[in-house]
Amino acid sequence: MNEARPLTGAMRSDRRALTIDEYEGVGGYQAARKALKEMSPKEVTAVVKDSGLMGRGGAGFLTGLKWSLVPMDDVSPGPKYLICNGDEMEPGAFKDRYLMEGNPHQLIEGMICAAYAIQAEKAFIFLRAQYFEAKERLELAIRDAHKKGYLGERIFGSNFSLDLQLHVSGGRYICGEETALISALEGQRPVPRSKPPFPGVSGLFGRPTVVNNVETLSNISHIVNHGADWFKGLSKTDQGGTKIFGVSGHVNRPGLWELPVGTTIREVLEVHAGGMADGYKFRGLLPGGGSTDFLVEQHLDTPMDYQNIQKAGSRLGTATMIILDDKTCPIGFIANLMKFFAQESCGFCTPCREGLPWLARMLYSFDRGKATERDIDILQEQTGKIWIGKTYCAHAPGAIEPLASGLKYFHKDFMDHIEHKGCPWS
Amino acid sequence: MLSDTEKSEIEGIMEHAETKRSACVDALLIVQKYRGWVSDEALADVATTLEMSTAELDSIATFYNLIFRKPVGKHVIHVCDGISCWIMGGHNIRDHLQSRLGIKAGETTADGQITLLPGDCMGACDRAPAMIIDETLHGNLTIEQLDKVIDELKDGQA
Repeated sequence: MNEARPLTGAMRSDRRALTIDEYEGVGGYQAARKALKEMSPKEVTAVVKDSGLMGRGGAGFLTGLKWSLVPMDDVSPGPKYLICNGDEMEPGAFKDRYLMEGNPHQLIEGMICAAYAIQAEKAFIFLRAQYFEAKERLELAIRDAHKKGYLGERIFGSNFSLDLQLHVSGGRYICGEETALISALEGQRPVPRSKPPFPGVSGLFGRPTVVNNVETLSNISHIVNHGADWFKGLSKTDQGGTKIFGVSGHVNRPGLWELPVGTTIREVLEVHAGGMADGYKFRGLLPGGGSTDFLVEQHLDTPMDYQNIQKAGSRLGTATMIILDDKTCPIGFIANLMKFFAQESCGFCTPCREGLPWLARMLYSFDRGKATERDIDILQEQTGKIWIGKTYCAHAPGAIEPLASGLKYFHKDFMDHIEHKGCPWS
Repeated sequence: MLSDTEKSEIEGIMEHAETKRSACVDALLIVQKYRGWVSDEALADVATTLEMSTAELDSIATFYNLIFRKPVGKHVIHVCDGISCWIMGGHNIRDHLQSRLGIKAGETTADGQITLLPGDCMGACDRAPAMIIDETLHGNLTIEQLDKVIDELKDGQA
């Protein structure tokens, strides 16, 4: 195994999935065997907690801590559930697709370890509707794992059994929010639920449930195999591990790379993505998908971990960055995102349902030459109103992030649209 | 009336489902797989099978972007409207498709062959601009390539 790139080092260069034999050839299913035969559930949780692994879906909550909140032993008789969130729909994010298509068994093995740690008897992979390749490969991988006895009854001759099911969604961004995802799996209208109670205590069908991202779960087997210190040592900062970083936009080599947590934005952009494409200059970026704040030139030397990106004024999110160049209108950029978030609002709470479409219309009015300076003030005012604490879930605040930071860094572009009575780029 | 195949596939899902209604998205997608869309009648039949009210099932069916409650063409083209594709000229792809097919996004060609829909970010941002035709992803699209794909799709109908 390539220890500097545990998640992707064993993947095939032709983008086909590793078969179960190929996966076992590079040490696959040894971690699950070790966990189930040599470790107690609490020991598995402990090593993940010690590793400092933070949720790779965007929020960055400590994975081991999340698991440790699940009631154990006789305190919690009856079913518990593990759910893998594979509903990747964040604008600009394409990393979970890569992990599920390239190494589905790594995900399944991580889920066996995770389900054992919380003593879940049933697990689900909640998959995005249009990930057809991932669906086929996961279905095959689940069948193959069953045949070998790695899923099903009494795995590796232990007392632990696990039923793993693949659920393909009907397609809606909000299903990636963990409580909406739970509602979706129950066959309810998938609107988010209020927390508390947290899913760890009362989740799917009212039972203790852990929801983890694909990349988070793909890390687990490696942590079980090599330990917490090894995992911490992979990173360049005190937040452990590697991360799948991505770049899209007008760069020379858009793509994904597994790199140490704490790699600088500049290194990802200039070394791995090959810098800006000919004729395009860098203006800014969203570091972690469509619902994160803009960062600009002055932030390029920021190490990409949760803490440092937050200090710079944004969020690591999915760590798949979207690059804004000098030939692309920043208002059009923000408007495209706002239209998406407006469309994907579940409609349950008013600031989100009514506010986001209003903001989208207002942003497009800059394009049509109908905007005035007063509109900039209104946009600014709303960034404080459609915000955390005033909405039911994090959807609308996420939509506000690129707008609020865009108003800060691209104020002149907003003014130019007013002066030109339209978009200077079109 | 649900067909025997539809019924048995839905029952297969219900067998390992915790509750009947938790099979509802799978059931709707099974019906759509065979009919292309979910009619009022089919929705009512699924609701009966799952012991749900039609109104409640419809509130779920209409929530999802990819459960179609109106007929669609034989082929459905989802052209990516996500931010990375937009930066890379995805709107030109959509404009070209609209003029080639003579329809607007959201419409179906008069011969009932092709429906054009704008789609959310398809998670193919390194291959932008992208689109999905039925179950196949097409990335790094140029106008020439797009014409070729559409020609092939149209030839396939003859």
